[in-house]
Amino acid sequence: MTKRCFLFLGALLLALSSRAQLTIDITTSGGRQIPIAIMPMPGEVAQPQVVSEVVAADLARTGLFRLVNTLGITPVPTEPSDVNFPDWSGRGADALVIGKVEPSGGGRVEVRFRLFDVQKQSQLASFSYVVPPAQLRATAHRIADVIYEKLTGDKGVFSTKITYVVKRTGRYELQVADADGFNAQSVLASREPIMSPAWSPDGSRIAYVSFDQKKPVVVVQNLAAGTTSVVANYRGNNSAPAWSPDGRSLAVALSKDGLTQIYRVAATGGPAQRLTDSTGIDTQPAYSPDGQWIAFTSDRGGSPQIYRMPAAGGAAQRLTFEGTYNVGPRYSPDGRYIAFVQREGGRYRIASMELATGQVTSLTDGTLDDSPTYAPNGKMILYETQVGGHGQLAAVSGDGRVRQRLTSSAGDVQDPAWGPMPTN
Amino acid sequence: MKKLAICLVIAALAAGCASKEKQPDAGVTDRSAGTTPPSTSTTPSTSSTTTPSRDANVSGDPLKDPNNILSKRSVYFDFDSNAVKDEYRNLIQAHARYMNDKRDSHIRIEGNCDERGSREYNLALGQRRAEAVKKVMTVLGVADNRVETVSYGEEKPKSQGHDEQAWAENRRADIRYQGE
Repeated sequence: MTKRCFLFLGALLLALSSRAQLTIDITTSGGRQIPIAIMPMPGEVAQPQVVSEVVAADLARTGLFRLVNTLGITPVPTEPSDVNFPDWSGRGADALVIGKVEPSGGGRVEVRFRLFDVQKQSQLASFSYVVPPAQLRATAHRIADVIYEKLTGDKGVFSTKITYVVKRTGRYELQVADADGFNAQSVLASREPIMSPAWSPDGSRIAYVSFDQKKPVVVVQNLAAGTTSVVANYRGNNSAPAWSPDGRSLAVALSKDGLTQIYRVAATGGPAQRLTDSTGIDTQPAYSPDGQWIAFTSDRGGSPQIYRMPAAGGAAQRLTFEGTYNVGPRYSPDGRYIAFVQREGGRYRIASMELATGQVTSLTDGTLDDSPTYAPNGKMILYETQVGGHGQLAAVSGDGRVRQRLTSSAGDVQDPAWGPMPTN
Repeated sequence: MKKLAICLVIAALAAGCASKEKQPDAGVTDRSAGTTPPSTSTTPSTSSTTTPSRDANVSGDPLKDPNNILSKRSVYFDFDSNAVKDEYRNLIQAHARYMNDKRDSHIRIEGNCDERGSREYNLALGQRRAEAVKKVMTVLGVADNRVETVSYGEEKPKSQGHDEQAWAENRRADIRYQGE
C-alpha cells in the first residue's frame, strides 16, 4: 500500500516537473540582426521534434538573428543544386539552412543539414547526424550551435544546461533544464530552502546550500548517480560554494570562527583552510577562470564591496568604488569582466565591470535583481529578478542590448546557474 | 479542513492576545534592568511568536508558558543594522539567566533578513544579527560553546509581503533551544 502510494507520488512528481518548464521570450533586442532563412526539413514532421522549428527558435531567441519568411518556396530544397540563390537574395536572406530527416534503420533517424552564405553562394557547413528519435531536440540544438558559431564567430550555448531553484509553498526544488527551458527535471526536492547551486567545471556535479539540517550546509550532488555528499557542515553557516576551475576544491563561506569568512575545502570534503581574515563579512567567493584569483564580497571597509585576492589567500585588493552596495561577483568565462549586484537608489540591479579599465556598466533595471551567471560563451548573463512579487529568471546580453524573460507558472524561480559547455 | 483552519486561526489569535496583554513580569524577573520598558511599539503587530501551550504536560515549562518572557524568542532589527535595540535587553537577559541556571541547555540563534539585497550576503548579515544577540548572552556569562549562531538569510520569511511591515517582521533573530 505504502509502496503503491509512493509510486503514485513519484509519477505525480514527474508529471509536475515535466510541465514546469520555462518559456523564454525576447523582450528587447538591438543592433544589426543577421537575416537567416531556415527551410522546413522534409521528413521532420513525422518525428517527435520538428528540427527546423527548434533550430529557428534557438537562433531567434538570441536576438542576433531575424528569421526570413520561407513560405511559398516549392519544391523545398534539400540539396545544394536545388537552391536558387538570387531568390533568397530577393527575400533579404544573408544565410540559408536546408536539410532533411530520414529513417536510417534500427529505429534511428538521419538528420542532414547545410548552411549557405547567400551572397557568396557558398556552403559554410554540412553535417549529418544519426540519432534515436528521442535525441532529435538535442540534435537540433547542436545544429543551432554550428550555425551560430559559423555566423557570429562565437560558440553557441544551445546544448548547455541551466539549474535554478523553484519555490512553492513549503516546497523547494532544484531543477536542471536545457538552456531553452525545456526538459526541466527536478534533481532535488526539500521542505527546507535550497540556495546557491554551482556547477562543477565538467558539469557532472552541482554544489548547493541545503537547509535540511535546519541550518545552511554545503552539499555536492553527483547528477548521474544521484548521490550526495556533505562537504562543509561546520558550526554556524556553511554556504556560497564556488568551484575551482580544476574541479578539485570549493571556496565556501563559513561562520565557524565568528563572522562569515572564506575558506577552501576539497570537493570531496575534509578540513577547511581559511583564506580571508577580516573583521567584517567575507562571502560570495568566485574563482577567476585561470584559477589565479578569488573575487568576493566584503564589508571590511564599512559597506559591502567587491575585492579580489590570490586564490591561495593573501592581500586583498578592492575592485568596486562607486556606490555603497556592490556584491556577488561572477567572472566572465574569458576572465575580463565581473558581473555583480549593485544597489542604486534602493534598486538592486545587475552590472558588469571591465577589470582592465574598472569601467562599470549597469545592465538591468529591475528592483531586486540577484545572482548573475554567465553563459559559458560569455554572451548572456542569466539572473534572478522580481515580477509582481514573484521570483523569475531573466537574461541580458553582456552589452545590455538583448534581453530575455524566462517565465514559469511553477512558482517562484530563483538562484540560477548556467552550466558549462558539454564535453562531447 | 476548513474547520481545522478556523481552529488554527483562533489558536493564533489567542496566542497573540496572550503575548500582548501579559508582558515580561511573570516567571523570571529581571531586577537589574527593571527600568527597561517591555517591547512595545516597534515590534511588528503580528507578534504571535509564542506557541499556545494547549498540551497539559508542557504547562510547567517556562520556555513554553505564554505568560513567561522566556516564551518570547524574537529580537527585531532595523534595516541594514545588527544593533540589538534596548527594548530587547530584558528578553535576552532572561534567556541568559535561564541558561545560567540550566547548565545543560544549548541554543541556536537563527538570524533572518528582509528580501532586499543579495541572497548570500543576506545569509551572512542574518548570521551577524544572530552573533550580536549571542554577544549579549556571553557577556552575561553564557559559555560560547552553548550558543550556535546560524542564519536563514531571506530564505524563510515569516511574513510573505513585500512592504515595510513585512520587511520589519523578517529582520529578526530567533532563539531556539536544543530539542525544540
